[in-house]
Amino acid sequence: MKAAAFDYAAPKDVAEAVRLLADAHGTAKAIAGGQSLGPMLNLRLAQPALLVDIRRLDELRAVEETADAVVYGACVTHAEIEDGKRPDPTGGFLRRVAAGIAYRAIRNRGTLGGSLCHADPAADWMTAMILAGATMTVRGPAGARDVAARDWMLGTFAPAAGEDEILVRVRVPKRGPRAKFGYRKLCRKTGEFAQAIAGWLDDPERGETRLVLGAVDGPPIVLEGEAARAPLDPSRVGDAYKARVLPVLARRAAA
Amino acid sequence: MAKVAMSVNGAQVSAEVEPRTHLADFLREDLRLTATHLGCEHGVCGACTVEIDGAPARSCIAFAAACEGSAVRTLEGFADDPVMARLRAAFAAEHALQCGYCTPGMLIAARDIVLRLPDADDSRVRVELSGNLCRCTGYVGIVRAIRRVLDARAGE
Repeated sequence: MKAAAFDYAAPKDVAEAVRLLADAHGTAKAIAGGQSLGPMLNLRLAQPALLVDIRRLDELRAVEETADAVVYGACVTHAEIEDGKRPDPTGGFLRRVAAGIAYRAIRNRGTLGGSLCHADPAADWMTAMILAGATMTVRGPAGARDVAARDWMLGTFAPAAGEDEILVRVRVPKRGPRAKFGYRKLCRKTGEFAQAIAGWLDDPERGETRLVLGAVDGPPIVLEGEAARAPLDPSRVGDAYKARVLPVLARRAAA
Repeated sequence: MAKVAMSVNGAQVSAEVEPRTHLADFLREDLRLTATHLGCEHGVCGACTVEIDGAPARSCIAFAAACEGSAVRTLEGFADDPVMARLRAAFAAEHALQCGYCTPGMLIAARDIVLRLPDADDSRVRVELSGNLCRCTGYVGIVRAIRRVLDARAGE
Protein backbone atom coordinates (compact mmCIF):
# COMPACT_ATOMS: atom_id res chain seq x y z
CA MET A 1 0.00 0.00 0.00
CA LYS A 2 1.03 3.63 -0.09
CA ALA A 3 2.50 5.59 2.77
CA ALA A 4 0.49 8.21 4.64
CA ALA A 5 1.47 11.75 3.72
CA PHE A 6 4.57 13.26 5.28
CA ASP A 7 6.80 16.29 4.75
CA TYR A 8 10.36 15.76 3.60
CA ALA A 9 13.55 17.61 4.49
CA ALA A 10 17.11 17.01 3.29
CA PRO A 11 19.41 18.72 5.83
CA LYS A 12 22.92 19.64 4.73
CA ASP A 13 24.63 18.34 7.87
CA VAL A 14 24.05 16.43 11.08
CA ALA A 15 23.57 19.62 13.12
CA GLU A 16 20.69 20.68 10.88
CA ALA A 17 19.24 17.16 11.02
CA VAL A 18 19.27 17.25 14.82
CA ARG A 19 17.57 20.66 14.81
CA LEU A 20 14.85 19.40 12.50
CA LEU A 21 14.21 16.36 14.69
CA ALA A 22 14.21 18.43 17.88
CA ASP A 23 11.83 21.04 16.44
CA ALA A 24 9.40 18.28 15.45
CA HIS A 25 8.99 17.14 19.07
CA GLY A 26 8.79 13.44 18.29
CA THR A 27 6.76 13.69 15.08
CA ALA A 28 9.75 13.33 12.76
CA LYS A 29 11.84 10.31 11.81
CA ALA A 30 15.34 10.25 10.36
CA ILE A 31 15.60 8.14 7.20
CA ALA A 32 18.85 6.74 5.81
CA GLY A 33 18.68 3.81 3.35
CA GLY A 34 14.96 3.43 3.95
CA GLN A 35 15.11 -0.39 3.81
CA SER A 36 13.52 -0.77 7.25
CA LEU A 37 11.58 2.48 7.50
CA GLY A 38 10.35 2.32 3.88
CA PRO A 39 8.33 -0.87 4.43
CA MET A 40 6.98 0.49 7.73
CA LEU A 41 5.85 3.66 5.95
CA ASN A 42 4.27 1.76 3.06
CA LEU A 43 2.47 -0.54 5.50
CA ARG A 44 1.47 2.53 7.53
CA LEU A 45 3.04 1.04 10.66
CA ALA A 46 4.93 4.34 10.87
CA GLN A 47 3.23 7.66 10.15
CA PRO A 48 5.67 10.46 10.95
CA ALA A 49 4.74 14.01 9.99
CA LEU A 50 8.27 14.65 8.69
CA LEU A 51 11.09 12.56 7.25
CA VAL A 52 14.60 13.92 7.77
CA ASP A 53 16.83 12.44 5.08
CA ILE A 54 20.37 11.76 6.32
CA ARG A 55 21.41 9.18 3.71
CA ARG A 56 23.86 11.33 1.79
CA LEU A 57 25.50 13.29 4.60
CA ASP A 58 29.24 12.90 4.01
CA GLU A 59 30.06 12.93 7.69
CA LEU A 60 27.87 9.83 8.18
CA ARG A 61 29.44 7.92 5.29
CA ALA A 62 33.07 8.31 6.33
CA VAL A 63 35.06 5.44 7.85
CA GLU A 64 38.08 6.13 10.04
CA GLU A 65 40.70 3.58 10.98
CA THR A 66 42.73 4.16 14.12
CA ALA A 67 45.42 2.05 15.79
CA ASP A 68 42.93 0.02 17.78
CA ALA A 69 39.55 0.37 16.06
CA VAL A 70 37.55 1.05 12.92
CA VAL A 71 34.92 3.74 13.27
CA TYR A 72 32.10 3.41 10.73
CA GLY A 73 29.91 6.33 9.83
CA ALA A 74 26.33 5.33 10.53
CA CYS A 75 25.29 5.53 6.87
CA VAL A 76 27.81 2.98 5.57
CA THR A 77 25.78 0.42 3.61
CA HIS A 78 25.73 -3.33 4.20
CA ALA A 79 26.99 -3.82 0.62
CA GLU A 80 30.04 -1.62 1.24
CA ILE A 81 30.97 -3.81 4.20
CA GLU A 82 30.11 -7.03 2.31
CA ASP A 83 32.32 -6.05 -0.61
CA GLY A 84 35.30 -5.33 1.62
CA LYS A 85 35.32 -1.70 0.53
CA ARG A 86 35.73 -0.70 4.18
CA PRO A 87 38.38 -1.85 6.64
CA ASP A 88 37.23 -4.78 8.81
CA PRO A 89 38.71 -4.92 12.30
CA THR A 90 37.26 -8.39 12.94
CA GLY A 91 39.22 -10.46 10.42
CA GLY A 92 36.29 -10.88 8.04
CA PHE A 93 33.49 -11.45 10.56
CA LEU A 94 31.67 -8.21 9.78
CA ARG A 95 31.92 -8.95 6.07
CA ARG A 96 30.31 -12.36 6.54
CA VAL A 97 27.50 -10.88 8.63
CA ALA A 98 26.89 -8.16 6.04
CA ALA A 99 26.76 -10.68 3.18
CA GLY A 100 23.95 -12.55 4.93
CA ILE A 101 21.63 -9.60 5.36
CA ALA A 102 18.40 -9.85 3.32
CA TYR A 103 19.10 -9.45 -0.43
CA ARG A 104 21.66 -7.54 -2.45
CA ALA A 105 19.13 -4.88 -3.49
CA ILE A 106 18.46 -4.22 0.20
CA ARG A 107 22.16 -4.27 1.04
CA ASN A 108 22.91 -1.67 -1.61
CA ARG A 109 20.81 0.91 0.27
CA GLY A 110 20.41 -0.33 3.83
CA THR A 111 22.79 1.18 6.36
CA LEU A 112 24.52 -0.09 9.50
CA GLY A 113 23.13 2.81 11.55
CA GLY A 114 19.66 2.54 10.12
CA SER A 115 19.46 -1.13 11.03
CA LEU A 116 20.69 -0.44 14.56
CA CYS A 117 18.19 2.41 15.03
CA HIS A 118 15.34 0.26 13.76
CA ALA A 119 16.25 -2.25 16.50
CA ASP A 120 14.44 -5.26 15.09
CA PRO A 121 15.53 -8.21 17.25
CA ALA A 122 15.77 -10.43 14.17
CA ALA A 123 18.17 -8.15 12.30
CA ASP A 124 21.86 -9.03 12.21
CA TRP A 125 23.83 -5.96 13.24
CA MET A 126 22.51 -5.71 16.80
CA THR A 127 23.69 -9.23 17.65
CA ALA A 128 26.92 -8.83 15.66
CA MET A 129 27.86 -5.47 17.17
CA ILE A 130 27.29 -6.69 20.72
CA LEU A 131 29.48 -9.66 19.88
CA ALA A 132 32.20 -7.41 18.46
CA GLY A 133 32.12 -5.16 21.53
CA ALA A 134 31.14 -2.06 19.55
CA THR A 135 30.29 1.40 20.84
CA MET A 136 27.69 3.68 19.26
CA THR A 137 27.92 7.47 19.27
CA VAL A 138 24.74 9.53 19.02
CA ARG A 139 24.43 13.27 18.62
CA GLY A 140 21.48 15.29 19.84
CA PRO A 141 20.66 18.83 20.96
CA ALA A 142 22.61 18.27 24.19
CA GLY A 143 25.72 17.09 22.33
CA ALA A 144 27.28 13.70 21.66
CA ARG A 145 27.22 10.63 23.88
CA ASP A 146 28.46 7.06 23.64
CA VAL A 147 26.39 3.94 24.21
CA ALA A 148 27.89 0.46 24.47
CA ALA A 149 26.36 -1.98 21.99
CA ARG A 150 25.02 -4.18 24.76
CA ASP A 151 23.08 -1.17 26.10
CA TRP A 152 21.85 -0.02 22.68
CA MET A 153 18.62 -1.95 22.37
CA LEU A 154 16.17 -0.99 25.08
CA GLY A 155 13.50 -3.23 23.63
CA THR A 156 11.99 -4.37 20.35
CA PHE A 157 12.09 -1.39 17.94
CA ALA A 158 13.38 0.75 20.82
CA PRO A 159 16.97 1.94 20.36
CA ALA A 160 18.83 4.00 22.94
CA ALA A 161 18.79 7.01 20.59
CA GLY A 162 16.20 9.60 21.57
CA GLU A 163 13.66 11.07 19.16
CA ASP A 164 15.92 14.07 18.59
CA GLU A 165 19.19 12.14 18.37
CA ILE A 166 21.03 10.76 15.39
CA LEU A 167 23.34 7.76 15.50
CA VAL A 168 26.50 9.08 13.85
CA ARG A 169 29.25 6.44 14.38
CA VAL A 170 29.81 2.83 15.32
CA ARG A 171 33.25 2.05 16.74
CA VAL A 172 34.43 -1.56 16.45
CA PRO A 173 37.63 -2.55 18.26
CA LYS A 174 40.36 -4.34 16.33
CA ARG A 175 40.98 -7.98 17.19
CA GLY A 176 44.17 -9.96 16.77
CA PRO A 177 44.53 -13.09 14.62
CA ARG A 178 43.77 -15.42 17.53
CA ALA A 179 40.24 -14.02 17.93
CA LYS A 180 37.67 -16.43 16.51
CA PHE A 181 34.17 -15.37 15.56
CA GLY A 182 31.31 -17.73 14.76
CA TYR A 183 27.83 -16.74 13.58
CA ARG A 184 24.85 -18.90 12.72
CA LYS A 185 21.34 -17.82 11.92
CA LEU A 186 18.26 -19.84 11.17
CA CYS A 187 16.04 -18.72 8.30
CA ARG A 188 13.61 -20.98 6.54
CA LYS A 189 14.04 -18.92 3.40
CA THR A 190 17.27 -17.27 2.33
CA GLY A 191 17.26 -13.60 3.13
CA GLU A 192 14.27 -13.45 5.45
CA PHE A 193 14.53 -12.18 9.00
CA ALA A 194 16.18 -14.75 11.25
CA GLN A 195 14.16 -17.01 13.52
CA ALA A 196 17.19 -17.47 15.77
CA ILE A 197 20.76 -16.15 15.77
CA ALA A 198 23.82 -17.31 17.69
CA GLY A 199 27.05 -15.32 17.66
CA TRP A 200 30.24 -16.59 19.29
CA LEU A 201 33.53 -14.88 20.07
CA ASP A 202 36.60 -16.41 21.62
CA ASP A 203 39.42 -13.86 21.93
CA PRO A 204 42.24 -15.23 24.12
CA GLU A 205 44.35 -12.06 23.74
CA ARG A 206 41.66 -9.94 25.38
CA GLY A 207 40.38 -12.73 27.60
CA GLU A 208 36.89 -12.42 26.11
CA THR A 209 34.54 -15.31 25.46
CA ARG A 210 31.04 -14.25 24.47
CA LEU A 211 27.84 -15.87 23.25
CA VAL A 212 25.13 -13.56 21.93
CA LEU A 213 21.70 -14.95 21.09
CA GLY A 214 19.52 -12.84 18.81
CA ALA A 215 16.10 -12.93 17.19
CA VAL A 216 14.64 -13.42 20.64
CA ASP A 217 11.82 -11.33 22.06
CA GLY A 218 13.59 -8.08 22.91
CA PRO A 219 17.33 -7.39 23.13
CA PRO A 220 19.80 -10.22 22.46
CA ILE A 221 20.78 -12.50 25.35
CA VAL A 222 24.45 -11.95 26.19
CA LEU A 223 26.51 -14.57 28.00
CA GLU A 224 30.15 -13.98 28.97
CA GLY A 225 33.01 -16.19 30.07
CA GLU A 226 31.95 -19.38 31.84
CA ALA A 227 28.28 -18.65 31.19
CA ALA A 228 29.02 -18.55 27.45
CA ARG A 229 30.51 -22.03 27.58
CA ALA A 230 27.87 -23.58 29.83
CA PRO A 231 24.87 -25.40 28.34
CA LEU A 232 22.19 -22.88 27.53
CA ASP A 233 19.29 -22.67 29.99
CA PRO A 234 16.18 -22.89 27.74
CA SER A 235 14.03 -21.04 30.26
CA ARG A 236 15.90 -17.84 29.35
CA VAL A 237 14.23 -17.99 25.95
CA GLY A 238 10.48 -17.43 26.04
CA ASP A 239 9.59 -19.05 22.74
CA ALA A 240 9.59 -22.88 22.80
CA TYR A 241 10.86 -23.24 19.22
CA LYS A 242 13.67 -20.76 19.70
CA ALA A 243 14.56 -22.43 23.01
CA ARG A 244 15.10 -25.68 21.10
CA VAL A 245 17.10 -24.29 18.19
CA LEU A 246 19.28 -21.72 19.94
CA PRO A 247 21.45 -24.26 21.80
CA VAL A 248 22.08 -26.04 18.49
CA LEU A 249 23.00 -22.78 16.77
CA ALA A 250 25.22 -21.82 19.69
CA ARG A 251 27.11 -25.12 19.44
CA ARG A 252 27.56 -24.67 15.69
CA ALA A 253 28.68 -21.07 16.07
CA ALA A 254 31.31 -22.07 18.63
CA ALA A 255 32.61 -25.01 16.62
CA MET B 1 5.18 18.95 -2.68
CA ALA B 2 8.92 18.51 -3.15
CA LYS B 3 11.04 19.39 -6.15
CA VAL B 4 13.37 16.70 -7.36
CA ALA B 5 15.84 16.40 -10.26
CA MET B 6 17.36 13.09 -11.24
CA SER B 7 18.43 11.26 -14.35
CA VAL B 8 16.24 8.40 -15.54
CA ASN B 9 17.60 6.14 -18.28
CA GLY B 10 20.14 8.79 -19.15
CA ALA B 11 17.70 11.68 -19.48
CA GLN B 12 17.45 14.54 -16.99
CA VAL B 13 14.08 14.67 -15.27
CA SER B 14 12.72 17.44 -13.01
CA ALA B 15 9.43 17.08 -11.24
CA GLU B 16 7.33 18.10 -8.29
CA VAL B 17 6.30 15.10 -6.26
CA GLU B 18 4.45 14.39 -3.07
CA PRO B 19 7.13 13.23 -0.63
CA ARG B 20 5.28 9.97 -0.02
CA THR B 21 5.38 9.02 -3.71
CA HIS B 22 7.80 6.14 -4.02
CA LEU B 23 10.19 5.88 -6.95
CA ALA B 24 8.27 2.99 -8.54
CA ASP B 25 5.05 5.00 -8.69
CA PHE B 26 6.96 8.03 -9.96
CA LEU B 27 8.52 5.99 -12.76
CA ARG B 28 5.26 4.28 -13.69
CA GLU B 29 2.71 7.06 -13.23
CA ASP B 30 4.68 10.25 -13.91
CA LEU B 31 7.15 8.97 -16.49
CA ARG B 32 5.03 6.15 -17.95
CA LEU B 33 7.92 3.70 -17.58
CA THR B 34 5.81 0.68 -16.80
CA ALA B 35 8.39 -2.10 -17.04
CA THR B 36 8.93 -1.62 -13.31
CA HIS B 37 6.25 -3.61 -11.50
CA LEU B 38 4.77 -3.48 -8.03
CA GLY B 39 4.24 -6.61 -5.96
CA CYS B 40 4.55 -6.47 -2.22
CA GLU B 41 5.46 -2.79 -1.83
CA HIS B 42 7.59 -3.60 1.18
CA GLY B 43 10.89 -4.64 -0.31
CA VAL B 44 10.60 -8.42 -0.29
CA CYS B 45 9.34 -9.63 -3.69
CA GLY B 46 11.80 -7.87 -5.98
CA ALA B 47 9.32 -7.03 -8.76
CA CYS B 48 10.16 -3.34 -8.39
CA THR B 49 13.94 -3.75 -8.66
CA VAL B 50 15.65 -1.02 -10.71
CA GLU B 51 19.19 0.30 -10.70
CA ILE B 52 19.90 3.41 -8.63
CA ASP B 53 23.40 4.84 -9.10
CA GLY B 54 24.55 1.64 -10.76
CA ALA B 55 23.32 -0.81 -8.10
CA PRO B 56 20.10 -2.85 -7.93
CA ALA B 57 17.65 -1.33 -5.46
CA ARG B 58 13.99 -1.56 -4.54
CA SER B 59 12.06 1.29 -6.11
CA CYS B 60 9.01 0.66 -3.90
CA ILE B 61 10.84 1.74 -0.74
CA ALA B 62 12.86 4.54 -2.29
CA PHE B 63 10.97 7.82 -2.17
CA ALA B 64 11.29 9.84 -5.37
CA ALA B 65 11.92 13.02 -3.40
CA ALA B 66 14.94 11.32 -1.80
CA CYS B 67 16.49 10.54 -5.21
CA GLU B 68 17.77 14.06 -5.90
CA GLY B 69 20.83 13.82 -8.14
CA SER B 70 20.59 10.05 -8.51
CA ALA B 71 20.93 8.11 -11.76
CA VAL B 72 18.01 5.71 -12.09
CA ARG B 73 17.91 2.98 -14.71
CA THR B 74 14.81 0.92 -15.38
CA LEU B 75 14.57 -2.10 -17.67
CA GLU B 76 13.67 0.25 -20.51
CA GLY B 77 17.06 1.89 -20.03
CA PHE B 78 18.86 -1.39 -20.74
CA ALA B 79 17.41 -1.71 -24.24
CA ASP B 80 20.83 -1.29 -25.83
CA ASP B 81 22.85 -3.04 -23.15
CA PRO B 82 24.72 -6.07 -24.56
CA VAL B 83 24.65 -8.11 -21.33
CA MET B 84 20.93 -7.49 -20.94
CA ALA B 85 20.40 -8.53 -24.57
CA ARG B 86 22.10 -11.84 -23.86
CA LEU B 87 20.02 -12.32 -20.73
CA ARG B 88 16.76 -11.61 -22.55
CA ALA B 89 17.68 -14.16 -25.23
CA ALA B 90 18.65 -16.69 -22.58
CA PHE B 91 15.41 -16.09 -20.64
CA ALA B 92 13.44 -16.80 -23.81
CA ALA B 93 15.47 -19.90 -24.68
CA GLU B 94 15.28 -21.37 -21.16
CA HIS B 95 11.58 -20.60 -20.55
CA ALA B 96 12.54 -18.31 -17.66
CA LEU B 97 9.28 -16.43 -17.78
CA GLN B 98 5.58 -17.24 -18.11
CA CYS B 99 3.45 -14.30 -17.04
CA GLY B 100 6.45 -11.97 -17.09
CA TYR B 101 5.51 -10.08 -13.93
CA CYS B 102 8.73 -10.81 -12.04
CA THR B 103 10.85 -10.58 -15.18
CA PRO B 104 11.99 -6.95 -15.18
CA GLY B 105 13.21 -7.25 -11.59
CA MET B 106 14.72 -10.66 -12.35
CA LEU B 107 16.64 -9.26 -15.31
CA ILE B 108 18.08 -6.40 -13.32
CA ALA B 109 19.11 -8.78 -10.53
CA ALA B 110 20.44 -11.26 -13.10
CA ARG B 111 22.60 -8.68 -14.84
CA ASP B 112 24.09 -7.69 -11.49
CA ILE B 113 24.92 -11.34 -10.76
CA VAL B 114 26.53 -11.84 -14.17
CA LEU B 115 28.70 -8.75 -13.83
CA ARG B 116 29.52 -8.89 -10.13
CA LEU B 117 29.84 -12.67 -9.60
CA PRO B 118 31.26 -14.20 -12.78
CA ASP B 119 32.23 -17.41 -10.94
CA ALA B 120 28.80 -18.02 -9.39
CA ASP B 121 27.62 -21.64 -9.47
CA ASP B 122 23.95 -22.68 -9.45
CA SER B 123 23.80 -22.59 -5.67
CA ARG B 124 25.22 -19.08 -5.52
CA VAL B 125 22.92 -17.88 -8.28
CA ARG B 126 19.93 -19.19 -6.31
CA VAL B 127 21.06 -17.47 -3.14
CA GLU B 128 21.59 -14.17 -4.98
CA LEU B 129 18.14 -14.47 -6.61
CA SER B 130 16.36 -15.05 -3.32
CA GLY B 131 15.22 -11.44 -3.33
CA ASN B 132 13.22 -11.93 -6.53
CA LEU B 133 10.10 -14.06 -6.21
CA CYS B 134 8.49 -15.88 -9.13
CA ARG B 135 5.10 -17.58 -8.81
CA CYS B 136 5.08 -19.21 -12.25
CA THR B 137 8.31 -20.87 -13.23
CA GLY B 138 9.77 -22.53 -10.15
CA TYR B 139 13.03 -20.66 -10.88
CA VAL B 140 14.67 -23.54 -12.79
CA GLY B 141 14.60 -21.79 -16.15
CA ILE B 142 15.72 -18.51 -14.62
CA VAL B 143 18.78 -20.13 -13.04
CA ARG B 144 19.56 -21.95 -16.29
CA ALA B 145 19.29 -18.71 -18.25
CA ILE B 146 21.67 -16.90 -15.92
CA ARG B 147 24.10 -19.83 -16.03
CA ARG B 148 23.94 -19.79 -19.80
CA VAL B 149 25.14 -16.19 -19.86
CA LEU B 150 27.71 -16.77 -17.12
CA ASP B 151 29.15 -19.79 -18.92
CA ALA B 152 29.19 -18.04 -22.28
CA ARG B 153 31.05 -15.08 -20.83
CA ALA B 154 33.47 -17.33 -18.95
CA GLY B 155 34.35 -19.04 -22.19
CA GLU B 156 35.24 -15.79 -23.93
